Amino acid sequence: MPEKTFREALNEAFFNEMRRDENVILLGEDIAGGMGSGGKQDAWGGVLGATSGLMTEFGRDRVFDTPISESAFIGAAAGAAVTGLRPVAQLMFVTFFGVAGDAIFNQMAKFRYMFGGEARTPCVIRTLYGAGTGAAAQHSDCYYPLFTHQPGLKVVIPSTPYEAKGLMITAIRDDDPVMFFEHQAMFSDKGEVPDEEYTIPFGEARIVREGKDATIVAFGRMVQFAEKAAKELAEGGVACEVIDPRTTSPLDSDAILKSVKKTGRLVIVDEALPRCGMASDISAIVSEHGFHTLKAPIHRVTPQHNPVPFAPNLEKAHIPSPEKIVDAVKSVIGGTS
Amino acid sequence: MSLDKDQLLDAYRCMRTIRMFEERLHDEFATGKIPGFVHLYAGEEASAAGVIRHLHADKKDTVGSTHRGHGHSIAIGCDIKAMMKEIYGREGGLCNAKGGSMHIADVSIGMLGANGIVGGGTSLSCGAALTAKVKKTGGVAVSFFGDGAFNQGMTLEAMNFARVYNLPVLFVLEDNGYAESTSSDWSIGGGDPVQRAAGFGLKGEKVDGRDFFAVDRAAADAIAAIRNGEGPRFIHVEFLRYYGHFEGDATTYRPKDEVSNERKYRDPLNIFRSRVVQGDLLSEDALNQIDDEVAKLIDEAVDEARNAPKPDLSTLSTDVYVSY
Repeated sequence: MPEKTFREALNEAFFNEMRRDENVILLGEDIAGGMGSGGKQDAWGGVLGATSGLMTEFGRDRVFDTPISESAFIGAAAGAAVTGLRPVAQLMFVTFFGVAGDAIFNQMAKFRYMFGGEARTPCVIRTLYGAGTGAAAQHSDCYYPLFTHQPGLKVVIPSTPYEAKGLMITAIRDDDPVMFFEHQAMFSDKGEVPDEEYTIPFGEARIVREGKDATIVAFGRMVQFAEKAAKELAEGGVACEVIDPRTTSPLDSDAILKSVKKTGRLVIVDEALPRCGMASDISAIVSEHGFHTLKAPIHRVTPQHNPVPFAPNLEKAHIPSPEKIVDAVKSVIGGTS
Repeated sequence: MSLDKDQLLDAYRCMRTIRMFEERLHDEFATGKIPGFVHLYAGEEASAAGVIRHLHADKKDTVGSTHRGHGHSIAIGCDIKAMMKEIYGREGGLCNAKGGSMHIADVSIGMLGANGIVGGGTSLSCGAALTAKVKKTGGVAVSFFGDGAFNQGMTLEAMNFARVYNLPVLFVLEDNGYAESTSSDWSIGGGDPVQRAAGFGLKGEKVDGRDFFAVDRAAADAIAAIRNGEGPRFIHVEFLRYYGHFEGDATTYRPKDEVSNERKYRDPLNIFRSRVVQGDLLSEDALNQIDDEVAKLIDEAVDEARNAPKPDLSTLSTDVYVSY
């Protein structure tokens, strides 16, 4: 199977879906690049290059570079979706959601319910998240728990290039609004990605690695860190089961509960903040529905309760690491010995 | 005046239906049987009637509305009885009693929703216009918004957005004098909304919103230009609402006699009636007959809404997603 980057995997998904369905359009700041300029067109292909080449093939009637005007174009994506298009809009960094929050939380998420089930709003809001690039507090947040909180939205967090392509194709074909989180530090990550189209269903967790001693649930970039930790632990004779839920809404809580029933121990790794985050949410679900299967307290590995710092050593300390995951697993195992 | 007799009758029926719907709601709300917030459109009928009659379902034209959305909903053809049931929170409501007065919508006929967020509908209409542009439907998206929304960033962004893509959007500022309790004369900095719109490159004009024929003419001109590919337009419709911001608002911020003078001397329905009767276009009898028919319809709608069952609790979490 050919090796591709996360960026290339997403790019293939966009080409595939735009060729397949003429109702798919792209909106966002600099997603082609050069709009209205005298220089090169398709100059950027988005801030990290994932939409490169699409304007050249599909033209400016389907690939819309927008003004820096998130209220307008995220709102327009909602209005276009409810009237028959399938827009894929880029909210460049999820930290910018505040300037488009109404369109996402009050409009697209609630149309179907408020309108009594008559509306369909098939749009994808793709957005960059995550620390690790030195971008500091206003370009590095992991706000997926906020969107998970909102009924009407689906929330997707791919963990590999393969996952990115399949989940993006599913997202574009889905009839509900989808928030699609792309970790900015993963765009050059490589992995096996088929040339052909494929979909990955929402709400079905991926068992990344099987094990009997402890369950590690991780999201997005943290799945890689969990795998590293699991490999190291395996060398010491501890077999971890690593679960990538893929989507936080819907959430495959059955897969998590089933695994915890087998292992009796749970570590949740979340790059989002500790309060009201996914780690807390899953901890609550397992406490409520799987308490009797637990052999040790649940352990959450998250940043501390602070914005993302700038200095590289502080930023590194902020992000969960394989070492912290190893320590967490050892502590839940040790708790029963 | 180029409307034929049937069109005049339709326009009057539309305005009369809005007026009776709203006045009846005012009375019904006072009985305590209607939950939530209700914002009435009485006094503003000529705007909805004068603009929306130029829209066509076969072109997939759309309307984006406001929290004061009953008039737009009636004008575009939402089912009156289903609207009343919705406002009462009963089974058979237009939105299955999930939305209420502030979220009345019927996407199937191009009604993209009343909107509880001031200014929230303006960018949605840009999106509907984007659909018209990409699918080449020839459709127009009308965005109604109030004087409060005219100071929201979303609205200003939407006007720029519509301009840069030359989108088929008609922005209709319904300036009813007050954003909640705050005067629009005070809150709209710079003073002249038409000039503000011109700053975004939108041609526009101000019309007397009490005069159906003035609104009708302005809307006809603007929508023809938009369909001709000239891009977004703007109309500033000016009038005064007859009731408070919401039902229950004591309106102590309004000058004494403001509404009574408006009703007496500048009422949109009276102006319409005197124009068409004095011009020998319609008879008093024909207009009175519409009044009777509308009164009967509203009576039936209220009776049915009051007697409709409450929504089944099993529907609490349905229709959140298409699939989940």
